[in-house]
Amino acid sequence: MITDWTLWLEWFIKSLVWIFALLGGFAYLTYYERRALARIQTRVGPNRAGPFGLLQPIADAIKLIFKEELSPAKAYKFIFFLAPILTLVPSIVIAAVIPLGPPIQLFGRQINLVLADVNVGVLYFMAIAAVAVYGIVLAGWSSNSKYAMLGGMRSTAQMISYELALGISLIPVILLANSMSMVDVVKAQGMLWFVFLQPVGALIFWIATLAEVNRAPFDMPEAEQELTAGYHAEYSGMKFALFFMAEYQKMIVICAVMAVFFFGGYLGPGVDKYPLLGPVYLFIKVFLLLFAMIWVRATWPRFRYDRLMSFGWKVLVPLSLAIVFITATGILLAEETGNPMWMWAIPAASVIAGLIPVVTIYRTLKRLSYERA
Amino acid sequence: MPQLEEVSYDQYKHLVSERALTGETMLLNMGPQHPSTHGVLRLLLELDGETIVNAIPDIGYLHTGIEKNMEAKTYLKAEVMTDRLDYMNTTGNNLAYCMAVEKLVDLDVPERAQVIRVIITELQRIASHLVFMGAFGLDLAAMSMFLYCFREREYIMDILELCSGQRMMTTYFRPGGVWRDVPVEFDAAVREFIRIFPRRVDEYEALLTKNPILLDRLVSIGILDPKTALSHGVTGPTLRASGVNWDLRKARPYIGYEQYNFNVPVRTEGDTFARYIVHIEEFRESLKIVEQGLEKLKKMPNQPVQSDNRKFVVPPRAEIGVSMEALIHHFKLWTEGFPAPKNSIYSAVESPRGELGVYLEGDGGPKPHRVHMRTPSFDNLSAINKMTQGHLVADLVAILASIDIVLGDIDR
Repeated sequence: MITDWTLWLEWFIKSLVWIFALLGGFAYLTYYERRALARIQTRVGPNRAGPFGLLQPIADAIKLIFKEELSPAKAYKFIFFLAPILTLVPSIVIAAVIPLGPPIQLFGRQINLVLADVNVGVLYFMAIAAVAVYGIVLAGWSSNSKYAMLGGMRSTAQMISYELALGISLIPVILLANSMSMVDVVKAQGMLWFVFLQPVGALIFWIATLAEVNRAPFDMPEAEQELTAGYHAEYSGMKFALFFMAEYQKMIVICAVMAVFFFGGYLGPGVDKYPLLGPVYLFIKVFLLLFAMIWVRATWPRFRYDRLMSFGWKVLVPLSLAIVFITATGILLAEETGNPMWMWAIPAASVIAGLIPVVTIYRTLKRLSYERA
Repeated sequence: MPQLEEVSYDQYKHLVSERALTGETMLLNMGPQHPSTHGVLRLLLELDGETIVNAIPDIGYLHTGIEKNMEAKTYLKAEVMTDRLDYMNTTGNNLAYCMAVEKLVDLDVPERAQVIRVIITELQRIASHLVFMGAFGLDLAAMSMFLYCFREREYIMDILELCSGQRMMTTYFRPGGVWRDVPVEFDAAVREFIRIFPRRVDEYEALLTKNPILLDRLVSIGILDPKTALSHGVTGPTLRASGVNWDLRKARPYIGYEQYNFNVPVRTEGDTFARYIVHIEEFRESLKIVEQGLEKLKKMPNQPVQSDNRKFVVPPRAEIGVSMEALIHHFKLWTEGFPAPKNSIYSAVESPRGELGVYLEGDGGPKPHRVHMRTPSFDNLSAINKMTQGHLVADLVAILASIDIVLGDIDR
C-alpha cells in the first residue's frame, strides 16, 4: 500500500501536466501543421484569429463543440459513441512511459520526470499503440456506411502489418540499451544517439510510425480523395474532434517516442547540470520530427492500399529482421573480442542491407519509367 | 424515428453483373458529393472487395440547359453562354462557337485577330492543363501540386483579365474577330509567363514524374487501347496517350495553326502515366506556339482585329458618333441580330480535352434553330468502365483524374 500522500499528489500533478501538454500540443500542432503546410504551398495559412492566427485552434475548438452531433439512422449507437473514446484514450495513456528529463530536486525530494518508469516500457508502448486500432475499426463498422467500413478495414490491415515492422525495428534498440525501460534507453544514449548506430532501424521505425498514426503517405484509412474521410466519415462535432485529437496527439507522442529511442530523448548539452533543460531538448526534437511529418505530407502522393501492404510485408519486415540479426552479431562480436569498434560494423552492415531493397525498387521503377524524347 | 427505405437498384439491373443482385458484390455510390469526381459526377461502383467490377457513370447533376437556352438568343448574345460550358477552357469554347457562326454566315476574320486567338487559346490550354495537373496531384494526395499549379494559372488569368476585363468568363472572341485589340502591356505579360513557366514545369516533373510512389500508382493502370478509344469517340490527350496521333490543330488546321511549328506529343502505352506525360509535354508545345504567336503579332501592328463587315460585326464606339449608318448597324445588331441562312454546319476545334465541336442550324432568322455541342469530356467519360474494370478504388480516382473531365462540359 502506498500511504505517502505526497506521492499521490506527485502522480496526480504529473498526469495533469501530461494531459494538458497533450491537449495544448494537439491544438497548436494543428496550427503548426497548417502554417507549415501553407509555407510549403506558397500560402499564408490561418492568420486572422489573434496575432499570427494564434487563436485559430481555440476558434476551431469552439466551432467543433457547438456543432450539431449527427449519427446515421442505422448506426450502432453505443459503439458509435464508444469508438472515438477508444481511439483517444490510448493516445494519451501511451505518454506515461516517456521520460521528459532527468530527475530533479524539488521541495527536498527527488522527482522523476516520467510518469511511470515501467521496466517493460517498450512493450507497454507497443501494447497501447495496438489498442488504438480498435477505436478505428469499431468506428468504421458501427457507422453502417460503406465508405467508413472500407476505411476501417483498410486501417485494420495496415496497422496490424506495420505494427510488426514497428516492433521488430525496436528490438535492436533494446539490444543496444540492454533494457526495456524507456528511461534506461535514454541513459544508454549518453555517449552516442542510437540513430548513428541504427540508421536503417530508425528509418524503418519512422516509416512504420507514419503508417501507425495514419499520416500521409499512408493515410489510407481516411483517404480524402478515395473514401471521402474513411472511418470518421459519419462523425461530426465533438466526436469527430476526438478522432482528430487522437490522431494529432498520437503524432506528438510517437515523435517523442522516436526521439527517445533514436535521438537521445531529453539528452543534450548541459542537461546534467540543469535537469530542467531536458524537457526543452525533448520539445525541440519533437518539434523537428513533427516538421518532417508535415513535410512528407506536403510532398508525397498517397500509396495505393495493396502496394502498402506488400511494402510492409515484403520490404520492411524482412529488412527489420535482418537489422536485428546484424545488431545482435555486432554486439556479440564487440563483447567476445572486447573491441568496441565492432559496434561500428552494425551501421555499416545495416546500411548495406538497407540499400538492397532501395536498389531493387529503383531498378524496377527505372524499367517502368518511360523513355522520353 | 423514421424508417429508412431500402435502396432499390432495380433501375441499374441491366448495368451491373449478376453477382451484384445476389449481394456477392457491393454496390457503392460514389458522388455526386465526392471530392474527387471533379464536380458533380455520380459513379455507381460495383465492388468486389475494393476491386472494381463495374463503374457506371451517372450524369446530369449539373445540367444547365445551355444548348436549349442558346436557341432563344441571337447569335451574338448566345455566345456568353458558351463560356459556361467547359469552365476551364472558356476562350476555347468561344472560339469553337465563333468559328461555327463565321462558317454559317461566311464571315472573314482579319489576320491579326487570328494570331491573337491562337495566343489566347494556347494560354487557355496551358491554364486548363494546369488545373488538370493540380487536380491530378490532389487526387493522388500530392496536394502541394494543386497550389503550385494554381499559382501559375494566376498569370494566365491576369493576362485574360488584361485583354477582356474578365478572368474566366471572358467572351473575348467574337464572330468576326476579337472584342478589342490586346493592350500594350500584353506582350510583356506573356513574355514574363514564357520566361518563368518552363522552369515551373521542370519543378512539377521533379515533384511527380520521378516519384516512386506515383510511378507505382500510375504505370499500367487504366490502359485504354486505341481500338476501344476510337470506338468510344475518345479524343484529345486521352486518345493521343493511347497511340493515335489525332490533333485537330494538325489534322484540320484552323485559325492558322498550320503556320506554327509545334509537335503533337503521342504515347503508345495508353495508361494513366502516359496521359499524364502527354499533358506535361503539351505544356511545352503550347508555350512554343505562344512564343511564335507573339513574334507574328509584333510584325503586324495597327491592323484591324475585327472584320469590317458591318452586317455582322458591331461597329466600334468611335464610329457611332460620326456615322449614321454605324449607329443603325449598332442598334440593329444588338436588338434584332443578324439573320443567318437556312443551313446547318459543324465546326470543331481541339480543346484541351479533345474535339470540341459545335453544330449550328440556322433557319433564316436571327436566332439559331438548334445548337449542339460535341463535347470531349462526355465521350471520354464513356470509356471509364472499360478502363477501370479490375482496378482498385484508388486507381479509379487516378484514372478519372487522368481523363480530365469537366462536368460543365458533360452536362450542357
